[in-house]
Amino acid sequence: MTSSSAAFAKARAENRAALVGYLPAGFPDVDGSIAALRAMVDAGCDVIEIGLPYSDPVMDGPTIQAAAQQALEGGVRTADVLRTVEAVAATGTPTLVMTYWNPVERYGVERFAADLASAGGAGLITPDLTPDFAPEWIAAADQHDLDKVFLVAPSSTDERIAMTTAACRGFVYATAVMGVTGARTSTSDLAGPLVSRTKATTTLPVGVGLGVSNGAQAAEVASYADGVIVGSAFVRALLDNAGDRAAGLAALTALTEDLAAGVAGGVRA
Amino acid sequence: MSTYGADDFGWFGGVGAFGGRFMPEALIAALDELDIAWQKAMVDPAFVAEFEGLLQNYAGVPSMLYDAHRLSEHAGARILLKREDLNHTGAHKIRNVLGQALLTKRMGKTRVIAETGAGQHGVASATAAAYLGLDCTVYMGEVDTERQALNVARMQLLGAEVIPVKSGSRTLKDAINEALRDWVASVDHTAYLFGTAAGPHPFPSLVLSFVRGIGDEARQQCLDLTGRLPDAITACVGGGSNAIGLFAGFLDDADVDIYGFEAGGDGVETGRHAATIFAGSIGVLHGARTFVLQDEDGQTIESHSISAGLDYPGVGPQHAALAQARRATYLPVTDAEAMDAMALLARTEGIIPAIESAHAVAGTLKVAKERQGETLLINLSGRGDKDMGTALEYFHLGTAGAAK
Repeated sequence: MTSSSAAFAKARAENRAALVGYLPAGFPDVDGSIAALRAMVDAGCDVIEIGLPYSDPVMDGPTIQAAAQQALEGGVRTADVLRTVEAVAATGTPTLVMTYWNPVERYGVERFAADLASAGGAGLITPDLTPDFAPEWIAAADQHDLDKVFLVAPSSTDERIAMTTAACRGFVYATAVMGVTGARTSTSDLAGPLVSRTKATTTLPVGVGLGVSNGAQAAEVASYADGVIVGSAFVRALLDNAGDRAAGLAALTALTEDLAAGVAGGVRA
Repeated sequence: MSTYGADDFGWFGGVGAFGGRFMPEALIAALDELDIAWQKAMVDPAFVAEFEGLLQNYAGVPSMLYDAHRLSEHAGARILLKREDLNHTGAHKIRNVLGQALLTKRMGKTRVIAETGAGQHGVASATAAAYLGLDCTVYMGEVDTERQALNVARMQLLGAEVIPVKSGSRTLKDAINEALRDWVASVDHTAYLFGTAAGPHPFPSLVLSFVRGIGDEARQQCLDLTGRLPDAITACVGGGSNAIGLFAGFLDDADVDIYGFEAGGDGVETGRHAATIFAGSIGVLHGARTFVLQDEDGQTIESHSISAGLDYPGVGPQHAALAQARRATYLPVTDAEAMDAMALLARTEGIIPAIESAHAVAGTLKVAKERQGETLLINLSGRGDKDMGTALEYFHLGTAGAAK
C-alpha cells in the first residue's frame, strides 16, 4: 500500500495541490463504482476516497445520501467496499476508505484494518470518530501502517486541532464550512484561517473538503491548501447521467480534468 | 449522582463500555460548551430555583402518585401510578425541554431545534420555545407526521416550524440525523434540544439531570403513601428518558427491582420490533455506544412499534449499562399487549394512557403474576389523547351505537 502523503509530496514537487476524489462504493453498483473511480484516477485524481455507504450518514447532504441509499438498496456489503478498494488501489493511486464508525466496529476494528491493508488500502477517513474516542482504531492503524485521517473544523479550538493533527497520519482533513457535504456556489472564507491554524501544528499536508465543485473553486482552495477534496460534484455527475454509463464516465472525466487544471493553476504560497 | 452515572467523558459502565461521544469534530466545541454551561448551571442556585419554579408553576410538577385500586385488584398486586400524564403538554417530556430551553437562554442562543417521534418532545419543545421566546424548528419523520398529525398541528399552533424528514426510513432516527445536519450548520446560534437520554455526551447525563425529578418525587411519595419503598419500579423504554428519570431515584436502593419494557412490535421473533436491549447488539448510533438494531454490516435496521415514541432502533447508553450490570431488567411488550393494557387502564381507572406508557402497564401486569401482593410503581409517562387515531383504527371505535 501507499500512504496518501506520498501523493501529496508528489503534487508539492510539481508545485501544485493534490486532487482528492470521492465516490461511494456500490454506486451505481459495485462494478460501476470501480469503473468510475478508475476513470477519476485516469483523468488526474491523486488520491481516492471510497465511501462506505451507511444507513445514518449525519455529515452528508442530499446528494451523497441519495447515492449511499441507492448503493445500500442495491445490496452493497462491507466486503464489496474492500473489493472496490483492491481494484482501485491496484492502479497505484493511494486509496482510502471514508466511513462512519459503526460499520468498522461491527466488522471488528483489527479485522477491518488487516483486511483493508491486505486489499492495498491506504487508510481511513473517519467523519464521526475523533482521536480522543479512537484508541482501538489508532492501535490497529499503527499496527498495519495505515493512514489515520481525522477531521478539523472551523469550530475546533487550537488545542483540539493540535490533538487531532498529532494523531493523524497521511494528511489532515479540514472541513471548509460548518455544514454537511454538498456542492456550494461560493467557496468558504472559513477554510483559509482553519488551514493556517492547522499548519501551525503539523508538517502533514492539509486537504480542504466540503463544497468544491469546479476548477475555479479548486484553484482558489489550492492557493492555500495542500489538497482539494471533492465528493458531491462527482456523485452529481453520475446522478445526472443515471442510466447512461458512458455519459456518466465522460462527465466524471471532464469534471476531473477541470478540477485537475484548477489545482495545478493555484498560486502556491 | 449514583455509582451508575457517567464519567467525565460520558462513559457508563467503565471506559469504552457504553456512551461516549462519537460525533463530527465540527460539533465537539458545541458539546463541550454545552457540558460546561450545564455543569455551571446545575450548581447555580438561581438557575436551579428558576427551573424548579417553572416546573411547579408552569408544568404542574410534582405529578401525583396515584394508588390504582381497581387496576390493583385486577393485577393481584398494589399498583402505584406516577402520573406524568397530568403534566402540562401531557408527558414527562416537559421537564427535559424546560431545563434545556432555560440553559439555551443562559447560553445566549436564540434558536432551538428538536427531533420528535410521536410528537411529544416536539410539542414540549415548541411549548418551551414559545414560553421563553425562542425560535423553534422541529424535525419529524414523514411517516410520523402522518400518524401523529394532531401533534404537528399543535406544534404549528405554538409557532414552531415542523420539517417532514423524507430520508432513510422517514421515522425518528432519520429526524435525529436531519436535526444533527441542521446543527452542524447552525451551531453558533442554535441549541439542539435532544429529546431523550441518548446521543453524545453530555446529553444522556444532561437529560437525566432534568427528568430525574420523576424518580426523586416518586420515591418520597411512595414512602409517604405506603411507609416503605416499592418492591419494583417499571417504565417503558424507547430512547429511555422517562425510564431513566424514574430509575435514577432508586438505583442505589438495592432492594427495589427495576424493569424497563421495550416495544416488542409484532413480536420479537418476527423481527418487526423495537426491543433494542432485549434483541439488539452493541454498536454506535447517534453519537453513543449502546445497544442497536443492526445487521451484520452495522447498518441500522428499521424498528417497528405501534407506538411512534418507542419506534427507535437505539437506546440511551445508561440503560445499556444498567442491563449489562444486571441492575435493571429489560423485557419486550408486543403491540397487542400494549393496546389491551391501554383499554384495560381506560376501563378500570378512567385513565387513557399514551400507547408508550401502556407498554409499561402491560409489562407490569405480566411481572405482577410472579409478584402477587407486592407494590409495583409504574411511570405513567404520558396521556393518550395523541393516540386516539391509532386507537380508533385498532379498536374499530368512533361509530356511535356500535357494540363496545
